[in-house]
Amino acid sequence: MSQRKQFCTFYLDSRLFGVDVLKIQEVLRFQPMTEVPLAPAVIRGLLNLRGSIVSTLDLRRRFAMPPLDSDTLPTNVVAQTPSGLISLLVDRIGDVVEVEQADFEPPPETLDATARELIDGVYKLPSGLLLILNVERALELEPARNA
Amino acid sequence: MTSDKQQQLIRDLILESTEALDQFEKDLLLLEKKEADPDAPHRIFRAIHSLKGTSGCLALHKIEQLAHSGENVLSLMRDGKLQPEKEVVSKLFAFSDGLRKTLAEVSQTGQEGAADHSSLIADLEALHRAASEQQSATSTAGACGLFTDDDPSAPAPAAAPADAAAIAESAIRVDVEQLDRIMDLVGELVLARNQIVRFAGSTQDPELVKPTQRLNLITSKLQENIMKTRMQPIGNLWNKFPRVVRDMALGLGKQVALTMEGAETELDRTILEAIKDPLTHLVRNSIDHGLETPEKRLAAGKPAESVLKLRALHEGGQVIIQVFDDGAGIDREKVLRKAVHRNLIGAEDVSRLSEREVYALLFQPGFSTAEKITNLSGRGVGMDVVKRNIERIGGSVDIQSEVGRSTTIRIKIPLTLAIVPALIVTCAGVRYAIPQASIVELVRIGEDETARVIEYVGQSPVYRLRGHLLPLVHLRDQLKLASAAQGSVFLLVVQAEGRQFGLVVDSILDTEEIVVKPLGKELKGLSVYAGATIMGDGRVALILDIIGIARRVGLLDENSNKLSAATAAESRGAGRSERQSLLLVGLGKGRQAAIPLSSVARLEEFALASVEHAGESEVVQYRGEIMPLVDIPAALGYGADDGESRRVVVYALDGRSYGLIVERILDILDCEAKLQHSTARTGILGSAVVQKRVTDFLDIPALVASRVSK
Repeated sequence: MSQRKQFCTFYLDSRLFGVDVLKIQEVLRFQPMTEVPLAPAVIRGLLNLRGSIVSTLDLRRRFAMPPLDSDTLPTNVVAQTPSGLISLLVDRIGDVVEVEQADFEPPPETLDATARELIDGVYKLPSGLLLILNVERALELEPARNA
Repeated sequence: MTSDKQQQLIRDLILESTEALDQFEKDLLLLEKKEADPDAPHRIFRAIHSLKGTSGCLALHKIEQLAHSGENVLSLMRDGKLQPEKEVVSKLFAFSDGLRKTLAEVSQTGQEGAADHSSLIADLEALHRAASEQQSATSTAGACGLFTDDDPSAPAPAAAPADAAAIAESAIRVDVEQLDRIMDLVGELVLARNQIVRFAGSTQDPELVKPTQRLNLITSKLQENIMKTRMQPIGNLWNKFPRVVRDMALGLGKQVALTMEGAETELDRTILEAIKDPLTHLVRNSIDHGLETPEKRLAAGKPAESVLKLRALHEGGQVIIQVFDDGAGIDREKVLRKAVHRNLIGAEDVSRLSEREVYALLFQPGFSTAEKITNLSGRGVGMDVVKRNIERIGGSVDIQSEVGRSTTIRIKIPLTLAIVPALIVTCAGVRYAIPQASIVELVRIGEDETARVIEYVGQSPVYRLRGHLLPLVHLRDQLKLASAAQGSVFLLVVQAEGRQFGLVVDSILDTEEIVVKPLGKELKGLSVYAGATIMGDGRVALILDIIGIARRVGLLDENSNKLSAATAAESRGAGRSERQSLLLVGLGKGRQAAIPLSSVARLEEFALASVEHAGESEVVQYRGEIMPLVDIPAALGYGADDGESRRVVVYALDGRSYGLIVERILDILDCEAKLQHSTARTGILGSAVVQKRVTDFLDIPALVASRVSK
């Protein structure tokens, strides 16, 4: 039996990213958020997820990509991490795809440094490449500015 | 047996044994005091016997072995062949500690670990042998041998006390996590309720309004009841004190009678957890430092046995816990000597400090009045840590004492941490919650007043609150929000670790009971927030941490010695380095000097024309009094100012006001300055580098004395 894995996919610009489907709790349409002054810029704000308070990480900012044009609303992908829930802000959600372990490759050297740090590897799909996001590493931020 | 099942059994064993050992120690103490009921020796025997049986079944052989040797000793005691003397009880306590330690190891790792009980077991066996030999020597009956050596394979006695069975039927054990989840769900329900109530309020439909009112009521009742399930009597925490007190008193040769009142007073379990260590420390402190030895007590005309009293009660939505001892009390002189010795206060402050301020010294970091550090307390966890831990949960500590008679330490803590009353404010259109506990008063500043009443000392805004300068902190600036809008603002006078400052916000909305939720790890570094909460409309609001903000702006410092009156630092010796708040002034020709802010009452400007003369001195009429002026540049021989007006620092000295003329006011800052004697000039204490400039520290009393004919 070949090793097959399922990934929840989403788009940032034209790139397709994936996170292990078992780590995804839910997908929400864009929600009003409470901004957190002094927090790192990639933290867009706090979300009320049925009574839990969840931080929202702007993945475009995390990848140093230009912001989404203002008339398109991003989508929240809520993922589980060892330290609790985190909401990832993405352009739009894709399908759940099943991949073969054989199609896996480490991130190419040509990828820019930030992206390479946050990506575990690449799956070659017939339609294009699927970049696997390491959520925990994406959460390792510069310490928040503080006195 | 599946390993899951095994795990479950081990968990049960640990839970039960912990409770059984609590009861075991309680009974043992009573037995030692000869106050136990006749069933107690049987009860403690049974507890250990069943622990032995269960641990044997679960292949926890170390526990089994230890329990076995303890059981042998206990069986002698049960049969009245061994009296609960001091040494016996101490050995049995050591035995119970050994069991606890190994059980804790099992609960953490699932293994018994490397614990070695051989010396404990040898002790117990020696005890057993000595007692049995004594028995056989004094009595001809050899039958005792039959009872002392219980067959390990024998089934545990089925007889459980009848009342225990009754409790088992009316109470069940619930996982704390399960309770927390229910609490969270109720929190969500409250929010959903708030939204529906808001919506129902906007319609007039009685079909909706009526059930909404019911929903409202039921939700509140439910919340109240769930909160109650999380409450635990403080007695659960106090239970371990009889043992602590006994061991310490024995070790120090003191006689202590411990009484506890209000053990049924309930507190949220998170709070109970948080006060555990501080309270233990206070109890140890009382016995170690407070209570005297029997000889000393008798010499002082007190009964040999000292009293240590723990008291808990509800008062105004808060819980008060008192630790009372009838010991030597706190010797003011001793405290002051120590404080001067440790540079916490200057020698000249000694006579001025009030009772309260003297006791406050005890909470300063690095303070310990014990003549020597004993192995029981004084191990670096001082009263400052107690205070900090209590304050962290929104509580406060204070001390009352009568020398030679008693000391009472009063802790005031909130009932629960999960829900706190808070003031909701806005800043740049966003809501923030501030716990009521840190707010002292509110001041509204009207649109037309703003420019007048918020004054600046250098770059720092201040407000005159009843004659004192209150440093201001603009929340907008601190949070780096869009620059201030014009209009009225509100000033919250807030208190952080005894230090007051004014927090300026745009508006005040309401007071609300908020449910505190923690922030994620990615925001933990932001000390200006204490957490977040969900408002009635479902949006998230951040909770401000006043202590964090004070730290951020430099009003507080980890080691600051902030004492309201002990700050006058004017004549402290040179070479000493410490933090203090300074007013920086210019004295002309680029000279910069510093004046301790604590004695500065106000900053004024007088037209040259209003300066009059009284004898030799220059004076002005100020608030219906004649205030002498001291021209600082002239006094120091720098030459007088010849401007149109005089900038004056109003300085309080010995109950009088003096006006110090300076060229200009530069700034207010907190700094740690190391003074160097660079000059022998009268009026200058020394110099230090402040903000990269050499700054003279002025000796105001000397300057005043040299210029003003009194």
